[in-house]
Amino acid sequence: MDFIKQPWPWYVAGPLIGLIVPALLLMGNKTFGISSTLRQVCAAYIPANIAFFKYDWKKESWNLFFALGIIAGGFIATYFLSVPGAVNINPDTVALLKQEGVKDFNGLLPQDVFSFSQLFTLKGFVFIIVGGFLVGFGTRYAGGCTSGHAIMGISNLQWPSLVATCCFMVGGFIMTWFILPYLVQL
Amino acid sequence: MKNIKFSLLGMLFGIVIVKAEVISWFRIQEMFRFQAFHMYGVIGSAIVVGIISIQIIKRFGLKTIHQEPIVIPDKKFNWGNVYGGLIFGFGWAITGACPGPLFALIGSGYLVIIATLLSAIAGTWVYGLLREKLPH
Repeated sequence: MDFIKQPWPWYVAGPLIGLIVPALLLMGNKTFGISSTLRQVCAAYIPANIAFFKYDWKKESWNLFFALGIIAGGFIATYFLSVPGAVNINPDTVALLKQEGVKDFNGLLPQDVFSFSQLFTLKGFVFIIVGGFLVGFGTRYAGGCTSGHAIMGISNLQWPSLVATCCFMVGGFIMTWFILPYLVQL
Repeated sequence: MKNIKFSLLGMLFGIVIVKAEVISWFRIQEMFRFQAFHMYGVIGSAIVVGIISIQIIKRFGLKTIHQEPIVIPDKKFNWGNVYGGLIFGFGWAITGACPGPLFALIGSGYLVIIATLLSAIAGTWVYGLLREKLPH
């Protein structure tokens, strides 16, 4: 039980995530990809006569069940399979983030940025709302996210997925190195 | 009821990404600053296992549990892969979360991330609205 409660190393977690790919295929020809869930929600609840959301979403409703499972898994892992504490990241990253203005390092996210009390400040709005919007807009524009392109697409040797994944990383580097330090100051 | 197995699989996925701290904003920061191998190891080894699994499925012509042939649709390139990919990257670095972790964070009790998820849904909706006008 002790091993389970400690954070898992990459060589345990990565292969387990990789196995989701064949599991979904064998369970019924489903391709791994979580961002489609967001499109499903739009198609099911806010279609608004937009062609992109007019498709038989009920046929693909498995991914809503998958997403609900992720929420449950997050709950179980956090409340029953973990010892609370800070994420053991590289001290250099901590030093750098402190210098840039991040204050809280006690959980999975910095509470001085991501919390309900921050939601109605400019900083909170940028990190919580604008960030989420870019994730949802970008992933659909790109045709997939980390799971659909980086893991599923590359696993199936699809070069457009490799292109998309490289762009995810380049976008992340630009944001992290050149823009984020200013956003933290807001 | 046939969808319950997908919930169970999603649950396992949720447990793994929480336990490997993949859902942590700090881990994503560390990754984009090249200050740890962890995230690259997780994604890289997932891809290696994925590639091997798909090769096995194709070589042996494995079928689904319902005895249907397994077909994986090809991804066709369009410029959205580039423009959208960059925009997604910006969002990934800001929120420290891609769509899977958004769900796992909510389950982990970070309820403010519900607002991020709703905003991501809004982003997807706006993409659908503007799709015809965007370069692809």
